[in-house]
Amino acid sequence: MGIAIYILTFALLLIGLYGVIAKRNVIKIILGVLIIDYAVNMLLVLIGYRRDGVAPIVSADEDVKKWAAASVDPLPQAMVLTSIVIGLGLAALMVAMAIRLYQKYGTFDMNEIRRLKG
Amino acid sequence: MDALVPLLVVVPLATAFAVVALANLPGLARGKSEGGDRLAGAAEPSRHRALSLLVCAAVLANLIISLVLLRADVGKIYVGGWTPIKALGIELVCDGLAKLMVVIINLVALVSIIFSWSYMQRFTKVWLFEALFLLMTGAMNGVVLAGDLFNMYVFLEIAAISSYALVAFGCEAEELEAAFKYLILGTVGSAFILVGVTILYALTGHLNMAKVHELLPVVGQTSPAVLLAAAALLGGLALKAAMVPFHAWLPDAHPSAPAPISAMLSGVLIKASGVYALARIVFNVLGPSSEYAAILSVLGVVSMVVGMFLALGQQDFKRLLAYSSISQAGYIVLAFGVAAHLLVTGGDRSIAALCVFGGLFHLFNHAAFKSLLFLSSGSIEQQAGTRMLKEMGGLTRRMPVTSFCCRIGALSIAGVPPFNGFFSKLIIIIALALAGQLILAGIAAGVAVGTLLMYVKVQRYALEGEPTGAAISAREAPVMMCVALVLLAVVCVAAGLALLPLRDMVFGPAEDVLLGSAGNLTGGVTP
Repeated sequence: MGIAIYILTFALLLIGLYGVIAKRNVIKIILGVLIIDYAVNMLLVLIGYRRDGVAPIVSADEDVKKWAAASVDPLPQAMVLTSIVIGLGLAALMVAMAIRLYQKYGTFDMNEIRRLKG
Repeated sequence: MDALVPLLVVVPLATAFAVVALANLPGLARGKSEGGDRLAGAAEPSRHRALSLLVCAAVLANLIISLVLLRADVGKIYVGGWTPIKALGIELVCDGLAKLMVVIINLVALVSIIFSWSYMQRFTKVWLFEALFLLMTGAMNGVVLAGDLFNMYVFLEIAAISSYALVAFGCEAEELEAAFKYLILGTVGSAFILVGVTILYALTGHLNMAKVHELLPVVGQTSPAVLLAAAALLGGLALKAAMVPFHAWLPDAHPSAPAPISAMLSGVLIKASGVYALARIVFNVLGPSSEYAAILSVLGVVSMVVGMFLALGQQDFKRLLAYSSISQAGYIVLAFGVAAHLLVTGGDRSIAALCVFGGLFHLFNHAAFKSLLFLSSGSIEQQAGTRMLKEMGGLTRRMPVTSFCCRIGALSIAGVPPFNGFFSKLIIIIALALAGQLILAGIAAGVAVGTLLMYVKVQRYALEGEPTGAAISAREAPVMMCVALVLLAVVCVAAGLALLPLRDMVFGPAEDVLLGSAGNLTGGVTP
């Protein structure tokens, strides 16, 4: 654990970036974007993680100070949920657009999808 | 007064969903018989008209609220009943800068929606357009009002997602291609913004902008982690602001959208989610340092120059306007960069204030005249059926109102006195010179000349001469479109003339926010 997991997350981010930059297929580009999304979500979860931490749910009879010392950080979990929902919306939009692109151009190859220039 | 602030976000969002719901309600007139169907067909347009009216009313209400707030004394608003003690909850901050931005956003939104009353007739499912439009407007209001980083990110994403869909609204091949490029680049940019936000949270344990600003010196402003966060944030936001070299999506996306959306994108979206957010992050969250000042200045200068040269070569009217947006946004960012430099090096505060004033005034002016130009290009495209400058010609004879307004817009952006663009460029150039950046001042003046050339070309090809080509059969645009154009033309002229009162009333408080002279204005509570 420790630093290694952060390095793996960063590697995931770079893999996604590679997919977006180097691939010419619309679907592969979309996958690249999704991998970037996952990497960022990973990072969000990681910064709130605590080894052997308890779930961030506090009951009425619990001592809040003691709970806070043992629990994982709840805020990144709320953030990652929001981020996942945003990612879902984006994925839906990307796929919808890819379908429309295929209908218009008859291909998924970005090299052939270039009528705009200048 | 405080209760009005959340309405700026709530009204457009609620209306957007209401429009979708109402448009899909089964119509009362829809019977089973043949005659019933015909009745339903007749009832549909009037219902859509009613929905459009509702949308106009919502945007107008927003503009009124933002104008009321301009003079009002509002504190920070804590959403959801969170107490202000630990700055934990979601917070809306309506300070001078946010007030200025919401006025700009809602002004351009109102004019665009008036314009689209007639313009969007040629599209089907206009209610979808209106819903997306309102989502974008509400989200932009949210971006400028947000007091914490994650909220800003969420609103940025809402604005961005609706703008992706709006660019593709026509569903033609080129529009889809432009929207797809914009979507991919925009999403990668947003991901980096979220990485930056996450790192800042990990370092400080806070998302509240003021709190982060307060705690960053404890972490060390030049520690590698802070610099990584800053790089991710600045890179992502520069992409949203279409600064060169992150500009590749803009000249495709902005011209492909329907004209009112081009006006919104170029006029306010790149400013609210790009330039404004950059300024907010650099001045109010990270705190200006010489590195950030240098990054802003370089981005600004490069965008200014490259945008101008690329625009000069364009024959497509809307594409030319899009490239010129890059160049004009460069002016604003450059002014902010030099102001940050002055703050760091302990230069004269009043000159830094002048820089920021020039930048903000240019931001306002550019929103007015670039929207005006995009709307007139839309009106020309609809009436003459072309976007190519060489196929136009003599439009002054055929479309007097549109041409007159287009000319005012062109003169403003070209920096001809007494229009507003002249004053803001003059202020920026003088401020740069006073700051001792003579080379930058010279470049800014040179780009102003280039901009003048660019718009002389527009006038020469599109407006002057005898009607030829596509212009022969052109007629004046419908009344609502002309009303929108005239409104913006009036703003262009009036802003130039009312420079001094505007500075005292509107821009002064906004400058204070960025320069930080009025204390901890970004929100949060001093412990």
